[in-house]
Amino acid sequence: MAELTYREAVAAGIAQEMRRDENVVFLGEDIGAAGGVFKATVGLFEEFGPRRIRDTPISEQAILGAAMGAAMTGLKPIAEIMFSDFLAVCWDLVANEIAKTRYMTDGQITLPLVIRTANGAGSRFGAQHSQSVENWAMAIPGIKVIAPAFPADVKGLIAAAIRDPDPVLVFEQKSLYAFKGEVPDGEHVEQIGKAKVLRHGTDCTIVALALMVHRALAAAEILEKEHGISCTVVDVRSLVPLDTVTILAEVAKTGRLVTIEENPRLCGWGAEIASIVADEIFWDLDGPIIRITTPHIPLPSADLLEDNTIPSVERVVREIREKID
Amino acid sequence: MDTSKPMILGNDIRLELYKMQLDLRYCEKRAYDLFLQNLIKGTSHLSLGQEAIAAGFGVAMRPDDYTFCTYRGHAHTLARGASMEGVLGELMGRQCGLLGGKGGSMHLTDVTKGAMGSYAIIGAHLPVAAGAAWSAQYRGTEQVAVCFFGDGTTNIGAFHEALNFSVIWKLPVVYVCENNLYMEYTPIRSVTAVDHPAADRASAYGLEKIVVDGNDADEVYHTAVKYMERARKGGGPALIECMTYRHSGHSRADPGAYRPKGELERWLERDPIKIYRERLLGLGIVEATLTDLEVESMRKVDVATETAKGSPVPSLDQIDKNVWADGSTAWRN
Repeated sequence: MAELTYREAVAAGIAQEMRRDENVVFLGEDIGAAGGVFKATVGLFEEFGPRRIRDTPISEQAILGAAMGAAMTGLKPIAEIMFSDFLAVCWDLVANEIAKTRYMTDGQITLPLVIRTANGAGSRFGAQHSQSVENWAMAIPGIKVIAPAFPADVKGLIAAAIRDPDPVLVFEQKSLYAFKGEVPDGEHVEQIGKAKVLRHGTDCTIVALALMVHRALAAAEILEKEHGISCTVVDVRSLVPLDTVTILAEVAKTGRLVTIEENPRLCGWGAEIASIVADEIFWDLDGPIIRITTPHIPLPSADLLEDNTIPSVERVVREIREKID
Repeated sequence: MDTSKPMILGNDIRLELYKMQLDLRYCEKRAYDLFLQNLIKGTSHLSLGQEAIAAGFGVAMRPDDYTFCTYRGHAHTLARGASMEGVLGELMGRQCGLLGGKGGSMHLTDVTKGAMGSYAIIGAHLPVAAGAAWSAQYRGTEQVAVCFFGDGTTNIGAFHEALNFSVIWKLPVVYVCENNLYMEYTPIRSVTAVDHPAADRASAYGLEKIVVDGNDADEVYHTAVKYMERARKGGGPALIECMTYRHSGHSRADPGAYRPKGELERWLERDPIKIYRERLLGLGIVEATLTDLEVESMRKVDVATETAKGSPVPSLDQIDKNVWADGSTAWRN
């Protein structure tokens, strides 16, 4: 085991796959010589050179279009969209083209491509560089959606995404880039579509994603020690495919579901999980489902405002205490 | 390009160009007839009058080259060798359709023939074609991607992104603007800053200004060969504007009433198939040879129509197939 930062794990996952498959190529803005604006791709340009690691102009439609065209003709491209907010300027390629082409062509065209993007709040970047938009992607049939919380999952899930024959959108949480964690030595590939139970409890099951997993774990610790509330914590990891087997089983065991989402309130992924739980294991529930989300507002930028907008550890503790005690 | 005298082309190529234009014309006319019989539903965008462009490129392309076209893509897909029953069957929503009834008129694709899809969102396929060209360049295959689009596409952002991107990476892609004078119902000139919506913008990408007569299959063919060969040998992209005119409205619902009186009639005089037939006769090809080709083309369309009509509709189990590479549509376990 080596300790890597979340950002180092990004480069490690990409490098692992580029070493084993010559058809893996990588394009995006400032990803090569500059090593990425978040320094998540440092060293790749030096190792793989300008033929495989390609800096692009600020042209998100061209980036995703090129990835799509390359994927349908034998390559396995990785495309970086610097901030997930920018997906809005190339959403046609994601929602209308990449996601739908396999079905529309009845399987003639398969698109083994990866879109990586920096998602989420916590960096004081304001409303156009801080959104959590994984729920936008989840709403489109035909694209897989993953969001790792830990360096080992970053490496293993990016590797899995590159090997996956279908398009995968990887949401990296930008305020986790400096987070350090153990990453297995040697080749490491995780399975897409599997949630992970990080903590076992008896009173409620917290289902969280990316940065919110860390807050869920911190809140669970406080709830246990200070308030005697025992929480299971499930890291969803993959929204599409969604590991409903694990989620339903863990919710059934405690009888309570809490979702913690960085999304704004309406149509967040937690609503879909709440719906599935209500539909399928309603009689296993001991009380109402609790959804903890960002309010339905654009994100503010000042420290105090942003910190009081996305779900904090304190807020998670407070809401669970109020509703479960 | 000097169009006053016939170009040096062998009769075999010329007959191939004529035959291809006939196939596209008769198949497209049949599609129109099938609408009127309510056997084709939804919308459809015909290339009647624009066949010389798809034919000129289709004949010039190597079998492993890539075609990307728009929702007005029946002709371009057929021009790569996709079967007529596959095209008509898809339009009619039959099992024998190229896409098994899942795509419809606007998404015709036949990967086995290099027809890499018809794209129904304006501009989307220009960067996709660039990507296929990048892949060809990376793999060193000397394949070329040819990307067809209408004059209206030149005013959307993806046009700019794709052109700049293709030039800086020197990609083997040829962009072909079919300027039929109207973006849907609006004259392109009235909504565009320059006279030639594609060619007048070429200089912004360091590309040469190329305008050709899109109703002259010889001129299109020559231009296609020239710029595809250049792209194949690493010379980078080209942007070609082909002047043409659609004989029908924008789509099934459009009678084309916005066109000034007499305009259609003037363009019908310049019908690509009419002028090509006259040229072939002038070159000494006997009329019977042309008549034979015409009869044979019509027969092929008739056979394809009957085959498609006889094909069953898709089975309902197809709804739940082929979102993912494993053939499934599963989003959960």
